[in-house]
Amino acid sequence: MSVHVSPTSTYVKVFLTLILLTATTVWVAFYDFGILNNVIALGIAFAKATVVVLFFMHVKWSSPLIKLIAGAGVVWLVILILFTLGDYLTRTIHYTAPPI
Amino acid sequence: MSEATSTGYPEENYLTQGSTLKSWLLTTDHKRIGVLYLLTISVFFLLGGLFAAGIRLELATPQGDLVQPETYNRMFTMHGILMIFFFLIPSIPATLGNFLIPLQIGAKDVAFPRLNLASWYIFVIGGCFTLWALVSGGVDTGWTFYTPFSTLFSNSHVLPAALGVFITGFSSILTGLNFIVTIHRMRAPGLTWFKLPLFIWSHYATSLIQVLGTPVVAITIVLVAFERVFHLGIFDPSVGGDPVLFQHLFWFYSHPAVYIMILPGMGVISEVVATFSRKRIFGYKFMAFAVLAIAVLGFFVWGHHMFVSTQSVYAGTVFSVLTMLVAIPSAVKVFNWTATMYNGAVSWDTPMLYAIGFIGLFTIGGLTGVMLGTMGIDIHVHDTYFVVAHFHYVMVGGAIMAFLAGIHYWWPKIAGKTYPVFWSKLAALIVFIGFNLTFFPQFLLGYMGMPRRYHAYPEEFQVLNVLSSAGATVLGVGYLLPVIYLTYSFFFGARCAQNPWGAVGLEWETTSPPPTLNFDEIPTVTGEVYDYSPKKEAQVV
Repeated sequence: MSVHVSPTSTYVKVFLTLILLTATTVWVAFYDFGILNNVIALGIAFAKATVVVLFFMHVKWSSPLIKLIAGAGVVWLVILILFTLGDYLTRTIHYTAPPI
Repeated sequence: MSEATSTGYPEENYLTQGSTLKSWLLTTDHKRIGVLYLLTISVFFLLGGLFAAGIRLELATPQGDLVQPETYNRMFTMHGILMIFFFLIPSIPATLGNFLIPLQIGAKDVAFPRLNLASWYIFVIGGCFTLWALVSGGVDTGWTFYTPFSTLFSNSHVLPAALGVFITGFSSILTGLNFIVTIHRMRAPGLTWFKLPLFIWSHYATSLIQVLGTPVVAITIVLVAFERVFHLGIFDPSVGGDPVLFQHLFWFYSHPAVYIMILPGMGVISEVVATFSRKRIFGYKFMAFAVLAIAVLGFFVWGHHMFVSTQSVYAGTVFSVLTMLVAIPSAVKVFNWTATMYNGAVSWDTPMLYAIGFIGLFTIGGLTGVMLGTMGIDIHVHDTYFVVAHFHYVMVGGAIMAFLAGIHYWWPKIAGKTYPVFWSKLAALIVFIGFNLTFFPQFLLGYMGMPRRYHAYPEEFQVLNVLSSAGATVLGVGYLLPVIYLTYSFFFGARCAQNPWGAVGLEWETTSPPPTLNFDEIPTVTGEVYDYSPKKEAQVV
């Protein structure tokens, strides 16, 4: 199995991207976007994680099995968030039984 | 079980490769690491058992007169933490799994032998932290570390205990990772996926849970530590947190963790039932897919622990329905074991006695799980002894019975020695009787409304509690017997034949005990799995 060797410039680009995204996080923290605050912060964090996983951890050049395993991690995180939100977002909906 | 002929026993095997402490502590041989795990978890089982004895002793009388309530809280917490994180979770995978997976797939070792040893050291370090919490005075939060009690109010030693669980989680992740890679990459030529023993399938499914679930509980514990030390508002409502969030995160791991405990047991039972029925497992592919289905579905049901936690009733309904679905692949397992025995040449050797016990007890544990997954019933019996009885039927009646079945089945492979047939069968019987005497009364107590985690109770519950405590004594004897005769067998037992059960499977193709590199020559697999046709007769004692 051949092993992908990334040039140093790739790691420099990854580093600069992460720094830029961190600076963006700090910058947007000074503004109030209301309900979008968390969405923006999590979006930036997700973008950073994607860069690390794809380029720094070489998943982009890995076998389909490795991609499947990495993808499964993301899917499982989505399960956790989705079903937890399924609780929080429906707590205030009260069910009233129809009159008999 | 047959004894060895003069030529059957290998003078050179993994046990003879050095007898110094250093040769054991620095080994990378998966078999020796399995034995190290076996010794370590036995110590934790003994400690956890002592706390159980204390609990049952206290509950023999209704007054709560043996220990202070605070001490009682610490006893059941330490019992839970030790038994779950330091015995049940590593029990079958880290001992039998470590020992057998390379042997069953025709490999010389696991994929990452050094990582394997590292995982044992991490486990021991985690255990030391928990023991530190124990000798410092213990923890009183319950094994679930529920917030805000564990973060804001508890004055016991939460941090070292939680740190111990956090550290030992990495051991679990590394073992799972090692098994996944080993099963993918190191199978012998010709050993395709549908020729793998179900023991391998079940460990593959277990490893997926370990790798996907354990990081979540690790992060959750870190958050508890942050809140406890830095007073960050994560789970505390007064600063914007939510205690129910802890329960979501905790059970996202801890419900699948139940399957980490039971799936390897199902793998053991499949091997034992096939061998002692002299038949291929009925519906082999369904059995393989059933373990994967349980592993995946197990991640969608955690909310059934939270029906009375202010969780939304709509989420509760979804979790309740999904919980019912787990019963389907679980039932497939039970029906197919039974169907395998049907028309088989069933023999009643010790491992089979444990396996039959497992099937019955697991069925009761599983069906009461369906009852508890029903919201209406759960609200009535939540946090009562009904729940305690249910999960002990799964974890003790299921996982530990399977562990004992596996230890007795593969003991000739591990030690190369025989054990006394009479005593081992007697122990199996005592365990079965003792177990039911301990835990069946708890179903009745729970249904009548006795809550768990209290050191005193109304007098009308005393008869059933005394029965339960008496059963615990019987159970203790049942567990002590194998420790005695297996230790004796290891040092003084008669040597056994290479394949005393006449079983099929690659692990029986090599000598007992196996050489350090398992096989003189890597085998090539041409036949089918569980190929008991034409029937191989067990060698007679």
